[in-house]
Amino acid sequence: MTLLSLQNMKTQIGQYHVLHDISFEVPQGGVFVLLGRNGAGKTTTLRSIMGLWQPQPGSVTFKGKDISTLATADIARLGIAYVPENMGIFGGLTVEENLVLATAKGRFDQTRLRRIYTLFPALEQFWTKQAWSLSGGQKQMLAVARAIIEPRDLILIDEPTKGLAPSIVAAMGEAFREIAQDTTILLVEQNFNFARSLGRDMAVIDDGRVVHRGTMADFAADTDLQGQLLGLSA
Amino acid sequence: MKPTYGTIAVKSAMLVIAALLLFAPFLFQDIRALEVAARICIFIVLVASYDLLIGYTGIVSFAHTMFFGFGAYGSAIALKQMGPGWDSVALGTVAGVALSLVVATAIGLISLRVKAIFFAMITLAAASVVLVLASQLSQLTGGEDGITYRAPDLFKTATKLAVDGDGKVLRWFGVKLNGKLAAYYFVFATSLVLFLIMLRITVSPLGTVLKAIRENEARAEAIGYRVVAYRTFVFCLSAVVASLAGSVYAVWLKYTGPDTALSFAIMIDILLMVVIGGMGTMWGAVIGATLMVMAQYYLRDLMGAASEATAAIPLLPELLAPDRWLFWLGIIFILLVYFFPKGIAGTLMARGQRA
Amino acid sequence: MMNRVSETLGRLGGVNLLPLALAAVAFVLIGAPSSWVTLTVAGLSMGMMVFLMASGLSLVFGLMDVLNFGHSAFVSFGAFVAATVLAALSTWLDGGWMLASAALALALLAAIAFGLAAGLFFETVIIRPVYRDHLRQILITMGALIVSEQIILAVWGGTPVSVPRPSFLEGAWIIGDVSMEIYRLFAMGLGAVVFVGLMVLLNRTRIGLLIRAGVENREMVEALGFKINRLFIGVFMLGSALAALGGAMWAGYETLITPALGGEMMIVVFIVVIIGGLGSIEGTLLGAIIVGLTANYIGYLAPKLALASNMILMMAILMWRPSGLRPAVK
Repeated sequence: MTLLSLQNMKTQIGQYHVLHDISFEVPQGGVFVLLGRNGAGKTTTLRSIMGLWQPQPGSVTFKGKDISTLATADIARLGIAYVPENMGIFGGLTVEENLVLATAKGRFDQTRLRRIYTLFPALEQFWTKQAWSLSGGQKQMLAVARAIIEPRDLILIDEPTKGLAPSIVAAMGEAFREIAQDTTILLVEQNFNFARSLGRDMAVIDDGRVVHRGTMADFAADTDLQGQLLGLSA
Repeated sequence: MKPTYGTIAVKSAMLVIAALLLFAPFLFQDIRALEVAARICIFIVLVASYDLLIGYTGIVSFAHTMFFGFGAYGSAIALKQMGPGWDSVALGTVAGVALSLVVATAIGLISLRVKAIFFAMITLAAASVVLVLASQLSQLTGGEDGITYRAPDLFKTATKLAVDGDGKVLRWFGVKLNGKLAAYYFVFATSLVLFLIMLRITVSPLGTVLKAIRENEARAEAIGYRVVAYRTFVFCLSAVVASLAGSVYAVWLKYTGPDTALSFAIMIDILLMVVIGGMGTMWGAVIGATLMVMAQYYLRDLMGAASEATAAIPLLPELLAPDRWLFWLGIIFILLVYFFPKGIAGTLMARGQRA
Repeated sequence: MMNRVSETLGRLGGVNLLPLALAAVAFVLIGAPSSWVTLTVAGLSMGMMVFLMASGLSLVFGLMDVLNFGHSAFVSFGAFVAATVLAALSTWLDGGWMLASAALALALLAAIAFGLAAGLFFETVIIRPVYRDHLRQILITMGALIVSEQIILAVWGGTPVSVPRPSFLEGAWIIGDVSMEIYRLFAMGLGAVVFVGLMVLLNRTRIGLLIRAGVENREMVEALGFKINRLFIGVFMLGSALAALGGAMWAGYETLITPALGGEMMIVVFIVVIIGGLGSIEGTLLGAIIVGLTANYIGYLAPKLALASNMILMMAILMWRPSGLRPAVK
């Protein structure tokens, strides 16, 4: 079943057309990976889905509903969480406050909270610390935890492994696998090995267009295509 | 580029205004009209120099009157203390310019590297402090009453520039060739020169850089322009021109006080003029200054009549009273910023381009 | 060595110590303890009233990156609305303690109500269309300020309006040779109550959490499912109401007010938020107290320097800390 569908999405920022033709379908469940070179338009795609940039009307459908003209807050309330590249942590707030803000009613569901503690033990340890004092990896954990503190249908995650130590990247991969059991993840990633280990379906964006769609298994097997689309040498 | 219909309209308006100002003493032979014409000349320079700042670099300063006041008080104090001579005028002008330069550099270096909004606040604070200082240092500045003094002899009304056979002052087309006429043309000529210099600057490479900074600061910085240095330079430049305009105005008026040279009301006038005329075009300054000064002198009479006519309606007569004309200007100002942010000149010129 | 000193200072409260240092220096310079107490009380009460006026401006800037040059219009309107109510209820003011308090409360509430309504109007009509455009924002709010001042002139006229106040706030408490005006103590107390209220709102409520988060990262607050525009209207109204309350208190303090009041206070308010750091309530309070104390000490020690002193203070602090003493975390 299709959860999110983009049809010829175009996005204009100021006078510049940043996205020309983005079409792909994210099925329910698992991790969908969006690949592409720097500046290809991956982040803009996520921001357009989230309503932070204005996409072409009628081009974004979520759970069968056109969300392209909704306000960001309304999109979020339909069940989409967003973990931006800069993580969007509120540094002046404590870990607890960051998380409580993301709950719908200002109260924690203890089951979900325990799950977060299990996935990211560091957050329990630094529960009352102000978020700016966390390490980069811990901030990323907090950002992801904030996205799953309430049940969501889709989480958009933008380059979560950027600048993280390998051990933390591995832990993050475990966490994503766990989360993907009941939530769909749309993951933008530069780290191809990380993406390959998680993704089921994938698409490649270049210069504001989707240039390839398929399964991760097929793409991972085709090193020529990888070299051609991502500039990776085998 | 082919001149458009709108551009032609603006340019011909320029020619008409320039001609009217050039022949003002002959066309309108009364004292009040000459006052209006001189004020228009001065304000064209003042507004154009402000436009260099707001229109060409996108920074808002509320201290422009302060620099105008430095120049005016410089001349005024020198003329008062040293007597009416050209040396006093020169010394006062130079002192005003020097003070303006120092203050502008200091403010620029401290605050131009931060947000535009910080700059606006700091200039506002600086200007108000200077205003209070001027009223407190009354031995020097005359306080609230200001200073009255005499201009150089050449500009005295009694001075005869040319005499006829009887030793009486010669008349041309019915206009006495006296010191008043000389004073007017002194104002006109200096204003014209200052305006042309600024016009030249806006079409020079410097003008291009400034526009680049205004359009996209980060990009200009990335290309390698030192944005803070350019901004500080323009801020100083506009301060110096404002100061010079102040000095000339002080010589013309033979009086300098907070109301003519320093008050916040003048700052508001400048803002209104630049927005009404159109930011980012030197022509806008000419149109804005001309319209506003005319309105200041003649619209109030009209409002007085309107106020009397509506005496029966509550509150309306109070709002139509001549003293309340800023109320209406304020509303026009807000509407202009919303709907015609390019002002009269900018809107006209854009219209021509589309056609 | 220097590091150790600054560390110790930091542990003791860092920049929060500035008012204390200021008071200590002034104590030495003034020499007479009784005058010092009087001046300190005057400075603190002035600081608290300015804090009321400035807090909204700072908060709105922090949250929405909007600087409202028309903010001082709320101060003026608050002052004149309160003065009008007090004048209308002047018989109550002489009618004993209960009635006088009721009149005062009504006057302050009227100012607050007016501030809320004016804030709603301002936010939706004047500022909403120019959210992300600083240049037009400055111009439009300046235009709104001009119009507001003209409305005040049209309604209340240009002549000074006298402000009656309840008799129980008149006079001074005298302890030994120290005299403290009661109204000033009242203003100080009210300012402190508002500050504590704001701190509780910001730190102990969900709305406050949202405001603090919004100051840091607007987009992320939206992405968590909150409509930041509604939050902003609320904060703008709150800020306007506080400014009006500050204006009302100031009217009672001055007892004779003119339409120029808003313009005069605006400069002080700007200096306070610049010194304190835009966007933070603690910073605004700190800035307000420093400005209030400096104004009163200098006014006593070197009256001619009084206004320039604020400017010099601002320049000095900006050179030391370009974004103010305690800016909001960005």
